[in-house]
This record gives sequence, C-alpha cells and structure tokens, in this order.
Amino acid sequence: MTHLTPSGPGVVVVKPGMLTTIQDAGRWGFQSSGVPVGGPMDPVSFRLSNALVRNPPDAAGLEITLLGPELEFDDERVVAITGAHFDLSLDGRTMPSNAPFIVSAGARLRFGARRLGARAYLAISGGIAVTPTLGSRATHLISAMGGIGGRALGAGDVLPLGEPTDLYGSVSMPQEAIVPMPDRHARVRVLPGPQTEYFSPDALDVLQSASYVIASNSDRMGFRLEGPPLTHARGADIISDATPLGVLQVPASGQPILLMADRQTAGGYPKIATVITADMPVAGQLGPGDTIAFAVCTMREAVAALIAQERALMAVEARNA
Amino acid sequence: MSSAYRIVPAGDSALVVEFEERIDPAVNAKTIACAEAIQAAAIRGVRDVVPTYRSVAVYFDPLHTDTDALVERITHDAEASAPAARAAQDPIRIPVCYGGELGPDLAHVAAFAKLTEDEVVRLHSSSTYRVFMLGFVPGFAYLGLVDQRIAIPRHSTPRVRVPSGSVGIAGVQTGIYPAETPGGWQLIGRTPVKPFDPSRERPFLMKAGDAVEFYAIDRAAYDREAAR
Repeated sequence: MTHLTPSGPGVVVVKPGMLTTIQDAGRWGFQSSGVPVGGPMDPVSFRLSNALVRNPPDAAGLEITLLGPELEFDDERVVAITGAHFDLSLDGRTMPSNAPFIVSAGARLRFGARRLGARAYLAISGGIAVTPTLGSRATHLISAMGGIGGRALGAGDVLPLGEPTDLYGSVSMPQEAIVPMPDRHARVRVLPGPQTEYFSPDALDVLQSASYVIASNSDRMGFRLEGPPLTHARGADIISDATPLGVLQVPASGQPILLMADRQTAGGYPKIATVITADMPVAGQLGPGDTIAFAVCTMREAVAALIAQERALMAVEARNA
Repeated sequence: MSSAYRIVPAGDSALVVEFEERIDPAVNAKTIACAEAIQAAAIRGVRDVVPTYRSVAVYFDPLHTDTDALVERITHDAEASAPAARAAQDPIRIPVCYGGELGPDLAHVAAFAKLTEDEVVRLHSSSTYRVFMLGFVPGFAYLGLVDQRIAIPRHSTPRVRVPSGSVGIAGVQTGIYPAETPGGWQLIGRTPVKPFDPSRERPFLMKAGDAVEFYAIDRAAYDREAAR
C-alpha cells in the first residue's frame, strides 16, 4: 500500500471503520442560515478525550462508530480514547480507554471488539488540523461540510495534525469515565415542551410508559423511535420552527424522532419534550436496536445534572492544564 | 402597541419566543426584528439566535447565562419588536432558466394551473418574494408568497436527487436548492447563482427578511453563467 505523505505530520487511515468522522465542538452561529450545528454525539466524552491529551476543549478529533478504524501515526503523539469501550491495541499491545498514552512514529493503533456504548472519541495531541468551514472542522455528512471533503474517513486518507502544546507532560493516570457507558439501554430525563399542548393530555404519560426501540434508519441526524404512539390533539403539522438538540418531534405516525447532533435547523412537526443537556451524551452512546426510556424531570434537576458533569470535566481539565 | 407573544422553554438550553401562529409577512417581520434585537444585545452565554416564520429560538449555555436576565431581555425585545422600519432595500435579483430539462415540472405546473408555461414563468418572475426563514440545508431560503394560481403542492414522493440550483414551488413557497439533495418541490427552472458558497466572502446569498425577485434567462445565458 502506498502511504500518502502529508506536508506536515499526519495519521494514515489504514482501515476507516464503519463510520469514522472528524468532529469538533460544532458549527455554532449559523443556524439562522440553515447550517446545522453538528459536533460529537457524546460531547462530554469528546471533551474528556481532549482534556486527557491537553488539547483545547474544542480541538478536532475522531468520532468512531460501532466498528473502529486502524490508524498509522507518522509522528510521535499523545492520544486518548474515551466513550464507547473497544478493545484497543498499539502494535499488538493492549491499551486502556480513558487514559492518555504515547504513540510513537510508525506505530499502528487498532480498534478491536466493541464492548459497551456506540461511539468512541480519539483525541490526538495537537488536534486534527483540516481546514475549517464556517469556523468548524466538524463533519456534516448531509451538507458535505467539514472534515475531509465533508465525508466519513476512507482508507488512505491522511489526517493532518496540529502542533502539540507539550508532549510528555500530558501523560497522566487513567481517568474514570464521566459518561457511564450504557449497555444497549438508557433512561434519559426530559423537560416537557416546547409544544406539549399539541398532544393529547395523556401523551407525556404514554411517553414514559415503556421503552422505545431505536430503529435501523437512525443516524447522526436523529433516532427514529418505535414504541407507544403519541396522540396529537391539534394535527401533526406546525409552521416550521427551530429544532433544538434532544427535542422529540412527533410526525403523524405518533412515533417520536429524537433529534441528534446533525439535526436540521428547523422542522415542521410538533415537539412534545426535550431531553436534558446532561443526558444527551448517554443517548449519543446508543445505536440502532438499542432501547431508550424517558422520564420527566424539573429544570432544577436538569441544571444540577449539568453542573455536576461540568465540575467533573473541569477537574480533569485543571489536573491536565 | 405591544405584540402578541409568549416565551416557552425548549429544554434547558433554549428559549423560544412565539408570535401569532400564521405565515404572514407582518408577523415574520416582527419575528426578525425581535431576533435582530436579541442578537444585537450580545448577551453573555447566548450561542445562536434563530428566527423562523413566527418564532425566535435563543440557544444559550445554561452554565454561563443569567437566565433571569435573558428572559427579561427577550421579553423587552419581544414587546418592542415592531416590523423593522428599515430603509427600503433593493431586492436580490436571481436569474432563472425556466423549463426544459432544467425545469422538469414546468409543464406539470402549467397543467395544474390551466395556464401556458410562459404564463407560469411570468407569474413566478413578476412577484417580489420575502425570505421568511432559512433551513433544510445550509443557505436554503423559504420564499413567499407564490401567486395562488401556481401554488401547486409538492410531489407526494420526493425525488431522490434534486440538482443544486433547482428552483422549486411547494404551495405558496418557492426556493432554490443550494446543494444536490433529495427534495419534493416542483422544479420549474434552475439558476446558475449559488445560494451558499463557503469560499465566498459572504457565503450566504440571502438572509431572513430580504426581498428576492426572479428573472428569466435563456439556456445560453444559463450555460455561460454556470461555467464561470
């Protein structure tokens, strides 16, 4: 195999895995022009990966979905892998998740069997230095934006790397995961609204009555859910309005769609409830065939959960600063 | 006069200001004025302000935002938002090659309207449209209102592949596909102009509240422009 040599240090994609994309903290500020935010499906594990290699929290890394890649490094770097648990090997040696380690020039990093969760995050010291589009390197597949040509990685791609701040100082002890990896099921908390009044009075109870299965045609835009149907009170069409992350929109079928990272900026279905920000990372660790259950909570609970998560992240960031 | 509006939370990281529930240029003008006021206030923690037909979504980071102050600010802007008394703005004029292989549904629209293809083109290119909002894909502008006579519903089964630059009608809405995507709108022509080009200094041709007009060009002019 011919290895393309980038102008600067790089990582060669030997095998791409099922769906491996370059992601950063997302493309904020252009939703009024129809540009989706994108970014990692589990933003907390993503940020943890950057903290472990002393990158800025929004440095670009890889999101690895269900089946992992094989990568060859042509420069010595510190890496950390968080999120979904895969069997990891570096030139045949077993490596841990949630801990930074050094990859020497010429070494091969392989993702083996997946144990828990759906999406792993690989941070490389210095970050992936592809050219940003509208201020972000996040790959958005539908609009073919960000990453390398707006697509998932392919064999032979070379990931250009940025300048690492400090190579050896960044290696620290294994870190406990902040997002507990779900075993094919998660229970997430929701806040009612923004359009609960479009549904029959018992719809929120129905939503909480049983688990929903994530259908096979689910992706980074949204999880199509199969379970107890939710009944509309005022029809299934609204005048299109903004579609926040984690909102449950309900088309005429009554089967909700949970809007994920790559969701469109607006949509025309009523929205019964919204998953709290602190529980979106665990939702992002589910895949097709997995199940998800919903429980209504209060705004106070939602913010408290987010503060706890932020404290845990800041503790790691402070230790590795 | 104060506006009819309500402010509803959408989860823990977004607030939505909703105005009257209808597609109406006056309501939309109020909506955009409100969004612009919130944007201009540059409130700490606010990450994105997104106007749509009749509501404004304000996305914020709950850990870095004083939500009471945010609600107060939004309430003030919603109360105050009258249709913006902005200087009359020249419409953005967009060339379209109507019909033929670039507008495969033009004959169908003419049959629906019981008009000739030329009359459909004349009706589509003689209105000044308002950009109500952008969405669907980057740079896609929802334009209205299309003359009732040619307000044909979208296809019941969307096309798998609509070429970029295609100009379509869906009810009283018209718009340009900025990229090749699936789509159900009735395609009456194509423009060589790009609604979205990330390499341009101004990547987006249109923003909410703009005025837009279409004018007909022939195939030779289209090919010339498209080749540039």
